[in-house]
Amino acid sequence: MAEITYRDALNQALSEEISRDPNVVLMGEEVAQFKGSYKVSEGLLEKFGPDKIIDTPISEAAFSGLAVGAAMMGMRPVVEFMFWSFCYVAFDQIFNNAANVRYMSGGLINVPIVFRGPANGGTNVGATHSHTPENFAANTPGLKVICPSTPADAKGMMKAAIRDNDPVCVMENTILYNLKGEVPDDEDFIIPLGKARLACEGTDLSIIAHGRSVQVALQVAETLSEKHNVSVEVLDLRSIRPLDLEAILQTVRKTNRVLLVEENKPFCGVDAQIAYLIQEQAFDHLDAPIKRVSAIDVPQAYSKALESFQIPNHDRVLAKALELI
Amino acid sequence: MSTVIEMPKLSDTMSVGTVVKWYKSVGETVANGDILAEIETDKATMELENFDDGVLLKLLASEGDEVEIGKPLAVIGEDGEDVSGFEVTPQEPPAQQVSTQATKEPADDSVPSDQETVEVAPPEVTTERAHTGRIFASPLARKIARERNIDLSVIQGSGPNGRIIKKDVVSLSEPSPPKPSSTEITTAKTHTSESPVGRSVPVSKMRSVIARRLLESKTTIPHFYLQKEINSEPIGLARKAINETLAQDSSALSKVSINDLILLACAKTILRVPEINSSWSESEITYHGNVHLAFGVAVDDGLVTPVIRNAETLDLRSISESAKSLITKSRSKKLTPDEMSGSTFTVTNLGMFGIDFFSGIINPPNAAILSVGASIAKPIVDKNGTVRPGETMTLGLSCDHRLVDGAIGAQFLASLGSLLENPASLLVL
Repeated sequence: MAEITYRDALNQALSEEISRDPNVVLMGEEVAQFKGSYKVSEGLLEKFGPDKIIDTPISEAAFSGLAVGAAMMGMRPVVEFMFWSFCYVAFDQIFNNAANVRYMSGGLINVPIVFRGPANGGTNVGATHSHTPENFAANTPGLKVICPSTPADAKGMMKAAIRDNDPVCVMENTILYNLKGEVPDDEDFIIPLGKARLACEGTDLSIIAHGRSVQVALQVAETLSEKHNVSVEVLDLRSIRPLDLEAILQTVRKTNRVLLVEENKPFCGVDAQIAYLIQEQAFDHLDAPIKRVSAIDVPQAYSKALESFQIPNHDRVLAKALELI
Repeated sequence: MSTVIEMPKLSDTMSVGTVVKWYKSVGETVANGDILAEIETDKATMELENFDDGVLLKLLASEGDEVEIGKPLAVIGEDGEDVSGFEVTPQEPPAQQVSTQATKEPADDSVPSDQETVEVAPPEVTTERAHTGRIFASPLARKIARERNIDLSVIQGSGPNGRIIKKDVVSLSEPSPPKPSSTEITTAKTHTSESPVGRSVPVSKMRSVIARRLLESKTTIPHFYLQKEINSEPIGLARKAINETLAQDSSALSKVSINDLILLACAKTILRVPEINSSWSESEITYHGNVHLAFGVAVDDGLVTPVIRNAETLDLRSISESAKSLITKSRSKKLTPDEMSGSTFTVTNLGMFGIDFFSGIINPPNAAILSVGASIAKPIVDKNGTVRPGETMTLGLSCDHRLVDGAIGAQFLASLGSLLENPASLLVL
């Protein structure tokens, strides 16, 4: 196993899957000659040529629609959005077409497509470039949504997404791209979609998170253990839909106290649904109300100082955790 | 516009009240200040005063019904107003009263439909509900309590807003006795012989309060115990002499008791050793400026501790009269919450039961409790070194070591003993 970055893990996944299956292609703005805006596709044009690594015009609606059509015809396109925030101009192609074709065709036509790119704030890029639409996507039956938080998950889940026969939205994170971690070299290293991961075990409080919030949760768990003698369990959802409800209920039954952390905006955010499911299915196991830390409910701040407070940071999560114990 | 009369909170620990008697009936005109009913709480039977002018339109609870705080009791309004929207508060089966309320309620306000019938039409009534009468417990705590048959109403919650959480329930490792099944009740009822019959009874409100307070005291206060045997002949002689004098005074109510003399002596001794008259809280120690003397009174199914206020300012006759009046009220359950709270020191006496010595559990927030045993005839050594027949009494003092150290407790008990052995000195203090 090598220690590589989240970015390289994605690159490996793409490279391995393009080699493995001739139907897999990567397309998007600047993915080929510029190697991707965040250099995720570095070396792929040289390796696979312009038929597999396709630069597109600045027109998400057009190339997303093109990719959905290709997928309906049996190809396995991977569509990169420079930011997931730009998927809004291709809303119809993703949320109407890709999500519903299998159902509308009575199961005759499936759409094996991957939409991927970074979906995060925290990098001072302003309100229109900092959306986290995992809740929108997960709200749409027919779409799968995953938010890998480690290099290994980025690789294993990206490969699973490409091999999946339905549309999968992979929400990456520009801040995680440089995160290093052990990643298996195995070409068939697949992490099945819909399986949460226990990032650390504990007994007093469960922090349930996804995406970069998992890393924040782990830091908070360390502080709570060192300074407050509180044993925290961190559950990384990894996949929003399908959701590993059993893993959620298991940790709730174990610690009886839950803090949900996500970078989503709070109103109708992913954790709103998770809080609902917990109270519905594990009500008798709760020893305290469920609490949440989300992004603060206003358009993303451009000011770096404000934005670093807006998205869940160590201190905000710690403060909320201390309210619970 | 009609007004709904709700069950008021008549004591700090009350969660439900029982309608003992209605003084007004439907159709009667009522005015501000009228007494509508007599309500029995966990501590006393009290009068329900009316604050509205109008006609009593409807009674929503019958005599004998238990009604939660904030739940409607009656409707007052103008003659002829429509009151069909008000429904009578349904009663829980009596055998389950306390535990049902503690375990069956949903934890949030979205009550299932079968509970909605409890509520009456005006919205102001329903908004009151969440703040009154409910036991706040986490869902997990409720589940554990249900499984272990623990009555949540006797538990002090340690969570936010006093919420009962898992550890509060788990720490009560002893499950309470199981509720009687219907077959057991039938058996008990048909059993007519005199032999003892095994049975389970629901915990009464008074027993719940006693259990909670004493458990809290014995588990959170570091008690230590002192005892001192004193010559009780002088106090006995003093009482005899006082009562002979009182007998010639037609205005005197009745005789003074040994306990009255002990109460007086305690009040005087506290003035000399004021550390005994203190209370503990995590951040500060309060030394009380007055002596509010509580004393234990046994009543049916429990005991109460009425309080003689400002005992340090009272003479023997006032103390004796207060004590007698409070004892009478205790036995008829007429004590007001005021008369049962705010004590700074407590005296408990089992002398009348022939007990030589015991050590009471401190009555929070007191710093100490005096336990008085019986006067017992036995040989004593007098000041000349001669053994002769005499009478002694053993006093016990249980102290909160956070507030009272051994030397202070000993000083108090020695002073008290010396006063009781020389009752004439009570005259100069």
